[in-house]
Amino acid sequence: MSVLVFIDHSEGQIKKTSHEALSYGAALGKQMAVPAEGVLLGNVQEDLSSLGKYGIQKIHQLNQESLNQLDAEQYIRIISAIAESSGATVIILSHTNTGRAIAPGLSARLKAGLVTGATELPQTVNGFSVKKNVFSGKAFCTVSIKTPIKIISLNPNVFPVITGSGAAEIIQENIKLNPSAVSIKSVSKASGEIPLTEAEIVVSGGRGMKGPENWGPIEELAKLLHAATACSRPVADAGWRPHHEHVGQTGIAIAPNLYIAVGISGAIQHLAGVNRSKVIVVINKDPEAPFFKSADYGIVGDAFEVLPKLIQEVKKLKGLA
Amino acid sequence: MHIMKILVCISKTPDTTAKIAFTDNNRKFVTDGVQWILNPYDEWYALVRAIEIKEKDPSAVLHLVTVGGADYDVVIRKALALGGDEAIRINTEPGDSFYVANQIASIAKAGGYDLILTGKETIDYNGASVGGMLAALMDLPFISLAAKLELSGDTVTLVREIEGGEETVEVKLPLVVGCQKGMAEQRIPNMKGIMGARSKPLKVVEPVASESLTEILSFELPPAKKGVRLVPADNAEELIRLLHDEAKVI
Ligand SMILES: Cc1cc2nc3c(=O)[nH]c(=O)nc-3n(C[C@H](O)[C@H](O)[C@H](O)COP(=O)(O)OP(=O)(O)OC[C@H]3O[C@@H](n4cnc5c(N)ncnc54)[C@H](O)[C@@H]3O)c2cc1C
Repeated sequence: MSVLVFIDHSEGQIKKTSHEALSYGAALGKQMAVPAEGVLLGNVQEDLSSLGKYGIQKIHQLNQESLNQLDAEQYIRIISAIAESSGATVIILSHTNTGRAIAPGLSARLKAGLVTGATELPQTVNGFSVKKNVFSGKAFCTVSIKTPIKIISLNPNVFPVITGSGAAEIIQENIKLNPSAVSIKSVSKASGEIPLTEAEIVVSGGRGMKGPENWGPIEELAKLLHAATACSRPVADAGWRPHHEHVGQTGIAIAPNLYIAVGISGAIQHLAGVNRSKVIVVINKDPEAPFFKSADYGIVGDAFEVLPKLIQEVKKLKGLA
Repeated sequence: MHIMKILVCISKTPDTTAKIAFTDNNRKFVTDGVQWILNPYDEWYALVRAIEIKEKDPSAVLHLVTVGGADYDVVIRKALALGGDEAIRINTEPGDSFYVANQIASIAKAGGYDLILTGKETIDYNGASVGGMLAALMDLPFISLAAKLELSGDTVTLVREIEGGEETVEVKLPLVVGCQKGMAEQRIPNMKGIMGARSKPLKVVEPVASESLTEILSFELPPAKKGVRLVPADNAEELIRLLHDEAKVI
């Protein structure tokens, strides 16, 4: 019996969400008094044994260059095989783009109950149940998993990265790869930009920004705060900003530590994507804007006057002015 | 010539503005007064893209499938008003994602579909699981979070979202695709579509034996916000101070 954590990586770096998943897996292992192990497909620059610092005992690696790119079917087959050979009873992934591609297939293949978007450690004393987000962030539910093997995908930014000391044992796996059904033609990664779902701070603009030419201050504030940028649906629909920045019920759901909404009214469908943010700041010239009801801090004022002042103050805070 | 067969999986969800409340010791969602809609990801992206494919190739066959009781018929008719040749409703209470995927797999295997489209997730349970499970159960490739899909013969070119970017991939039919924004633009059904939908076949079939692997025990609402703390517009300094010293987020 063990907890097996899937470790995702990109450009030779282990994803922050996987550091969270490793910490979560180790905490769960401790709670259930079973070892926590990791599985990494492909290779990274980091010394894998150092992942022991999270409380991980073993790392299973299949060191094949081709696995550095997402190949869902291959990943599912390999993780299933490693889960079976290592006797894993719980498999942890992150509820990210990679997790979404593989967790369901893994669940069907292993006939293992799956809970996606978990927000807490499971309750394991009386059965096995875990809390997840439902109704697009408007509620939670507790789901019991009834199968011998359980799969959980953890929401990003809900579980802290916890480090201690220790070294993990590396086990080189030898599993034959199948020819892939999916051939990758091109990859475009926004280098230098912080992916929206991983960002701890997000600065977002709505229709109140009036036009794409006015996004300069939003981008500048985001850059100063090491934040990602987002937008409301009409802004993406109008082509002012790229589709992947659209947050809300029909876009991406995020849960940063800080969400700064500028010129966004706070429609219920927008809130559905951002209401899990730990702190919400709203800047809107209309004191009646519904967003203020869901905000922690707010400024009633014109974005074009407030943003330059905020930028100035953040520069001061960071010792840049 | 091979006739292209497309299957679109449809789910019903509460309207995006529906009040979320629970009853029966927080075990049941309060459905009184709730308007039901087609899950937006199934409708705007999966269904509309399938309709576009059929518009380009009128010989293509487009079927819709849903898993649910008779209360799903309204939503299925709405989908048929947008397009599609016929709908199949698997007459059972939808259990968990695995149960639903198994039901759809039985229809999909028998129907010999080339392309199976689902939305990326439902906006109520947010499981994001049925498509991937269905693909695994049918031993087909699965492309998640697809934002574009082009067909050329038996080759499908897709753009999918991956960690920190996107990827263009090529896959041979048959396959399962999870659709999201970018796939197609939302459409409003017209009068002709609404009238026509009434006479389109809606087949009701009985479920196959399957089980749920998970079970919802209870729901809860997030704790209410304390209320907003307003800072005067000319005092940006105070807001930054609060975010730094009080909220400790910058
Ligand atoms: C089924 C469905 C799904 C949807 N999904 C989403 C979704 O996923 N995400 C989403 O965002 N929306 C979604 N919507 C749309 C949503 O209902 C709103 O229409 C949308 O969020 C409004 O965007 P907005 O706040 O940018 O624009 P508006 O509602 O037009 O608000 C603009 C705001 O800017 C303020 N403003 C104007 N000028 C200034 C200024 N100079 N300084 C400061 N403030 C200013 C105004 O006071 C106003 O509050 C959905 C709608 C439906 C029906």
